[in-house]
Amino acid sequence: MKVHLMHDKADFNPDRPLPVNAEELIQDLHVDAVLSAMAVGDDFLLKVAKAGVLASVGDVDGVLYRQDVLKDCLRHEAIVKKLYSIALRAIEADKKHYFGLLNRYPSGLLNRSIDVLLEFIQLLRQLRDIADEDAGRFQSQGFTQLFAMLQEELSDDYFAEIDEHLKQLKFRDGIWLSATLGPGNKGAHYLLLQPHETQSGLLQRLFPGRFGQGYTFHIADRDESASRALSNLRDRGLHLVANALTQSVDAILSFFVQLRSELGFYLGCVNLHEQLTQISVPVCFPKPLPAATRRRQFAKLCDVSLALHLEGPVVGNTLTLHGKELVVITGANQGGKSTFLRSLGLFQLMLQCGMFVAAESAEADLCSGVFTHFTREEDETMTSGKFDEELNRMTDLVTQMQPQAMLLCNESFASTDEREGSEIAQQVALALVESSVTVVFVTHFYRFAHGCYELNMENALYLRAERQADGHRTFRVRPGEPLETSYGTDLYQRIFAAPLDEPSP
Amino acid sequence: MSFSSILFLSPSDEKVQDTDETRAYFEDLNLPYLIETVTAGKEQYHLQPYFHMPLGSVDAVNYRLEVFRNLEQREVHASLQSFATSMQNVRQSLARSEKLYYSQQKQRWFLDAVATYIHGIRQLNQELSQYTLSSRGLLSFSRHLQQYVESLPFTTLAQDVEELSQQLARIHYTVHIKGNAVNVTKTEADSTDYSATIESTFAKFRQGAVKDYHMEFHESQDMNHVEANILAGVAQLYPDTFRQLEAFCKHNRTFMDGTITRFDREIQFYIAYLESIAPLQRNGLSFCSPHVVETSKEVYSQQSFDLALAFKLLREGGKMVCNDFRTMNPERILVITGPNQGGKTTFARAFGQLHYLAHLGCPVPGSEANLFFYNHLLTHFEREEKLEDLKGRLQNDLVRIHDILEVATDRSIIILNEVFSSTSLMDELLLSKVVLRQIMDMDALCVCVTFVEELAQLGTKTVSMVTVVPEDNPTLRTFRVVRKAPMGHSFALALAEKYALTYDAIKERMAHESSSDA
Repeated sequence: MKVHLMHDKADFNPDRPLPVNAEELIQDLHVDAVLSAMAVGDDFLLKVAKAGVLASVGDVDGVLYRQDVLKDCLRHEAIVKKLYSIALRAIEADKKHYFGLLNRYPSGLLNRSIDVLLEFIQLLRQLRDIADEDAGRFQSQGFTQLFAMLQEELSDDYFAEIDEHLKQLKFRDGIWLSATLGPGNKGAHYLLLQPHETQSGLLQRLFPGRFGQGYTFHIADRDESASRALSNLRDRGLHLVANALTQSVDAILSFFVQLRSELGFYLGCVNLHEQLTQISVPVCFPKPLPAATRRRQFAKLCDVSLALHLEGPVVGNTLTLHGKELVVITGANQGGKSTFLRSLGLFQLMLQCGMFVAAESAEADLCSGVFTHFTREEDETMTSGKFDEELNRMTDLVTQMQPQAMLLCNESFASTDEREGSEIAQQVALALVESSVTVVFVTHFYRFAHGCYELNMENALYLRAERQADGHRTFRVRPGEPLETSYGTDLYQRIFAAPLDEPSP
Repeated sequence: MSFSSILFLSPSDEKVQDTDETRAYFEDLNLPYLIETVTAGKEQYHLQPYFHMPLGSVDAVNYRLEVFRNLEQREVHASLQSFATSMQNVRQSLARSEKLYYSQQKQRWFLDAVATYIHGIRQLNQELSQYTLSSRGLLSFSRHLQQYVESLPFTTLAQDVEELSQQLARIHYTVHIKGNAVNVTKTEADSTDYSATIESTFAKFRQGAVKDYHMEFHESQDMNHVEANILAGVAQLYPDTFRQLEAFCKHNRTFMDGTITRFDREIQFYIAYLESIAPLQRNGLSFCSPHVVETSKEVYSQQSFDLALAFKLLREGGKMVCNDFRTMNPERILVITGPNQGGKTTFARAFGQLHYLAHLGCPVPGSEANLFFYNHLLTHFEREEKLEDLKGRLQNDLVRIHDILEVATDRSIIILNEVFSSTSLMDELLLSKVVLRQIMDMDALCVCVTFVEELAQLGTKTVSMVTVVPEDNPTLRTFRVVRKAPMGHSFALALAEKYALTYDAIKERMAHESSSDA
């Protein structure tokens, strides 16, 4: 029985290691803000959100599959929450019957599993009931499949079969163990046989051995060591079936765990959706396109984490980046370059995990992974110089990235001077672009930006943080040839309240 | 010729040499540690004595080297190893059979021991017959094995074991436990495993790997009263089989072939040695089959090293440095000079070890080696006996050297490591010169480690070798020793080096760094 709400044909595993660059992505793109909005204080939802957001689906069909399930969740929030709470109760039931000391004995283990199984059966029945009642209202392939499976697998006959086992597991007529002769003629390959009506006949069962067949002996009541030996042998048989039943209970539990994980991701999305709508951030389901089609455009794309932080709408960017593999962004300090870069990164992550995005409309091709190389305040490791550290990170990234990746650079190599930094930046950027990596580069190196510009590459686009004639910033980015200043003078003048001679552009 | 031993071409070679002479060089060359390492984990075979029996002839040496070369074929090695495992299992089963109480249990262990024996022998025979063997030892053993396997006693034994084992394997019984009553019957054909039924009912929920709740049951080889009673019941259900088992054990008390049990022990000499050097080979160190001669004192080795030290570094970590040496007529004496802690002693040890190992018929460290088949290996290493006064030490040195020169002949190897170092440099020079002249006159092979650079240039019979010090950083030690004229140190520096009192030496000593001269 598979949940398969996250993937058509595979399980979602929130415990899978995150991509190697996950921590950098979280830090650089401020993913935490998005994740906490999804989790609303629930640690489990946070974990699932993190695993879901950071691991891309990989193909267009997979993205659409999730988008459909998510749309169902937005439409039928109450039913989805009911399913989620059934999964939660199952997990709690399992925890309630903890494995105590007694469970080290086969009979203890067996009884514990029978108790949990009884509770699970109730919850499974409830799942079946919801499927019977509400399946018709859901449109997505994911939910339709799930409900159909519940109805088919959890039939009345199946529940009857389980009841029969619960009766037999009481072993009223003792136990039958089969064995072969192992090393030194000791019993080996013990199996606990299923008690059934033909087993040596009814009389034989009630009075073992008395009616002639085989060889019978009795243990004297006071013979303690023999009693121990006999109960040890009995345990050998019982523990086999105790193991099988406990594993079965675990298996049912794992189904509930899986259900909780997969629904958890969607509930997180529902939470985020609710908050974004509340603060009037535009939300839409983007159109995913196959990797390498090099199409990307969006209207009023916002930085989700900034909006959540400010608890209000933020400036959005509307751009068409079709065919562009190198985007170089220059312009005013504090003019929205980094914010735009983040919005682009988050946009891509959210698109790739099947979520909605913060824009009025959007389409984009999928990439093999989103990577970031942001300038860092200081060298946290203290083991190398800042420039070393930057180069080190970049060489790691080059190891991690595959063709069709997207690399977002924010003031990379700023720890060295413009001449050196520009040279390296240009070599890195051009080499990556020629290796089918889409590079979006925020820089204040005029030498680098201008150097690229002069190459007249068709697949390159130059954006500038907008500054109006009066020095006022709109926090939008617009296409435009790189300029030789980052307008630090504006900032200087604002902060120092005094003019600074501006170098000629 | 019938086969008797894989280790000894002639029975007369099998005698432990334990004299003052061997005891001295054993310590000096770190052979006890070396042998301990090689034989570690093989105590059951009691191999140590074999490593104390240098062979009496070049032919006896070659007899072993041939076997070693055959064992370089991975599959030959593997076959012998699995044979050894079989024989171990045989001994284990027999020991159990001896120890246990219930006869039906004892008999079964005995049967299993015989079965394992037969299987092990047959497999080895079958495998050895497929290989191209070139060593006299293994060829002759292989013929012996073939004859044994085809002999009537062996084939009869094998047949009996086979038949009985099959009968026992077919036994399948059911125990019904209810309250205090236990009933044993033959298992009915339509019985089903209830655990499997339960699993299949819930199989649809399985998502992936599951935790295992199987419990550990204490497995004693003994049987308790209940188990014994059940087994007695099984014996009643299958009376013929158990009667045959009893008869089999009575008739086959001694079933092992003496030559084969001897081979099982002796072949471990080879396996132990190869197993112990394998990790060194994986680390890039070479071993080679030495060319051993009695007629020429032109010895030669490439990329050799101190095997005892290599074992130690393998355990403690560290890189081994390899060295070459060569004497060309009329050269006989390698004089090693150079700074302390530079690898001189290690070099001298390696020289001695190589010759001893060759005498055992073992592959030696290095990529190539021509070695001399000596009659006596004589060593004198400076010992750190702090309590002794200087005069006592000098006297001991002289007594020991005197003894050595008494025993030594033109076919001997003498290794001197900083002898007379307890006296003044002038005395040391004088005494050393006298001793070396006698060795030259005797025409023995010699390695002499010393601080006295003059000794390196006593005549055409001496070869000067020097520990290498990088020119740009004389405080570094490379542990390389190369053929080269002495460094021409000032007297004062030589003194300082001799007493390890240079700036670097003191610092090094204060830092307690491990070093290869230790």
